[in-house]
Amino acid sequence: MLLVVEQFLNGLQFGLLLFLLAAGLTLVFGIMDLVNLAHGSLYMMGAYFAATFAAWTGSFLLGALMALGATLVLGIVLEVTALRHLYGRDHLDHVLATFGLILFFNEAVRLIWGPAGLALPLPAWLTVPVPILPGIHYPAYRLAIIAVALLVALLLYLGVMRTRIGMLIRAGASNREMIGALGINIKLLYTLVFGLGAALAGLAGLMQAPILTVQIGMGENILILAFVIIVIGGIGSIRGAFLAAIFVGMIDTLGRAFLPNLLRQVLSGAAASTAAPALSSMLIYLVMAIVLVVRPEGLFPANRR
Amino acid sequence: MKAFTVSKAVTALMLAGLVLLPLYSHLSGNIFILTLFTRIIILALAAASLNLIMGFAGLMSFGHAAYLGIGGYAVGMLAQEGVGSGFIQFPVALAASAIFALVIGALSLRTRGVYFIMITLAFAQMAYYVASGLARYGGDDGLTIYKRSDFSGLIDLGNRTQFYYLCLACLFGVIFLIWRIVNSRFGLVVQGLRSNEQRMQAIGFPAKRYQLVCFVISGTMCGLAGALLANNTDFVSPAVMYWTRSGDLMVMVILGGMGTLFGPVMGAVVFLLLEELLSQITEYWALILGPLLLLIVLFGRGGIMGALGRANRG
Repeated sequence: MLLVVEQFLNGLQFGLLLFLLAAGLTLVFGIMDLVNLAHGSLYMMGAYFAATFAAWTGSFLLGALMALGATLVLGIVLEVTALRHLYGRDHLDHVLATFGLILFFNEAVRLIWGPAGLALPLPAWLTVPVPILPGIHYPAYRLAIIAVALLVALLLYLGVMRTRIGMLIRAGASNREMIGALGINIKLLYTLVFGLGAALAGLAGLMQAPILTVQIGMGENILILAFVIIVIGGIGSIRGAFLAAIFVGMIDTLGRAFLPNLLRQVLSGAAASTAAPALSSMLIYLVMAIVLVVRPEGLFPANRR
Repeated sequence: MKAFTVSKAVTALMLAGLVLLPLYSHLSGNIFILTLFTRIIILALAAASLNLIMGFAGLMSFGHAAYLGIGGYAVGMLAQEGVGSGFIQFPVALAASAIFALVIGALSLRTRGVYFIMITLAFAQMAYYVASGLARYGGDDGLTIYKRSDFSGLIDLGNRTQFYYLCLACLFGVIFLIWRIVNSRFGLVVQGLRSNEQRMQAIGFPAKRYQLVCFVISGTMCGLAGALLANNTDFVSPAVMYWTRSGDLMVMVILGGMGTLFGPVMGAVVFLLLEELLSQITEYWALILGPLLLLIVLFGRGGIMGALGRANRG
């Protein structure tokens, strides 16, 4: 029982974290029609910034806030200098150019911070276990991640659906020429959206940093999970990304936790322990394959164009 | 048909260079260059196979490294289990790649555009994780191949020069095959689907079936490259299938010139030589290579072949 609740919360936490990453990716794709492989690099930069600033200031929260701002600025700089010129080009061009950016970021990080990973220690008040149910404790920091991510998801929803900027963003997604013709500064809007996506990726990275080590290439594996989420949820749909992210987070976490035991009841011990790690890492891709067979456009396709 | 163009001359020069390279290596005693170029030729073969699906069929597969791994693991696993004959290893490698391509292709071709890019990427990554989980065959650490594929005296893969020419023959064979495919009725249908799928379907061609066959052919060719690569390094590991390798292959194709017959070969030679050169200058070579890619995408349309074509006109 304890394990089930704990893994359930772990899955929720991981899923929400994936949502932050996938939301930025799907926003940038839905609005600018840009495939950004370097989104994972922004996630990595968020984590590195947080580790560095937290060490400078001696405060985790201050470091996190500064890292958030730094990733936002980095995203804006990246958009203005490089990615802006890719809008309207072939998707293949996007893939190649942002692939080049990944190489650049990984190498730049190696140059600046060295090849060894960094650690981002948590302040004492975040490491205490919190009783969530009678007899069941859960780390405060993971609860904090869940809370922050849910809050961000809510703000994102309100921002996109209820504010003027959000209205412009949605309008830009459905018809960019028209909104430009109506006198909206579409360039500025795009830069803002990209910055927002970068900040979301940075937030995901800096929140994940204390749980895993901060290392080169940390953004790449999780980026592919974000792709899977977008494919399952439907490209360009934030709601789809939210539901699919939680779904994927749950399946991945619960699969890794319980699949070995389930297999052991069907197969012999040796066969189960060989098959379990491969099968549990395949699980979400199998789910994706099934979704594709049933709904090639994803579960919640954004109704655009 | 024009008798002489710059791109043709450069291509011929490059091919002559590849054929004569072992001679230079023997005369100068530079063994390293032979090893380097064996790798380049094998990856050129993989890039050529990717070009078939990407350049001619217009399907952006971002998971082509998976076949490199599958071909390699077929050789490695069979060698591990005591089956050393290349007459068994290579057909199995090709068949395994073809089956994987068939399954992945059938699923991925349900989608288009960016979805297709992401899905092929995700499936390749799945293959990567499966290989990492194969504890019996080295898992994450990979699998050392103690004996290269044995072709019962017909050709000795342990001999550097013989192996080089085997790889070169495979490359030329594959390019010849691609040339025949592209100019066949089948190839024209596939290229027609690239230009306008709806119209082709309206004429009555079953789009998916044609694209799937092309996808399988491409994957099988890349599986051959994988089997050769495993023999070249005497080693196969999940890293062969890592998604950055798929990205490298894509870069080679674009750099050389997508949809041209010899472009991918040119791209592989230039890309890998550049990588080698930059890594000798600085440890942080990717710091230069990354932005260089960005510049090539932004300004260099049509790759090297495109630039050579312009040089001819201007």
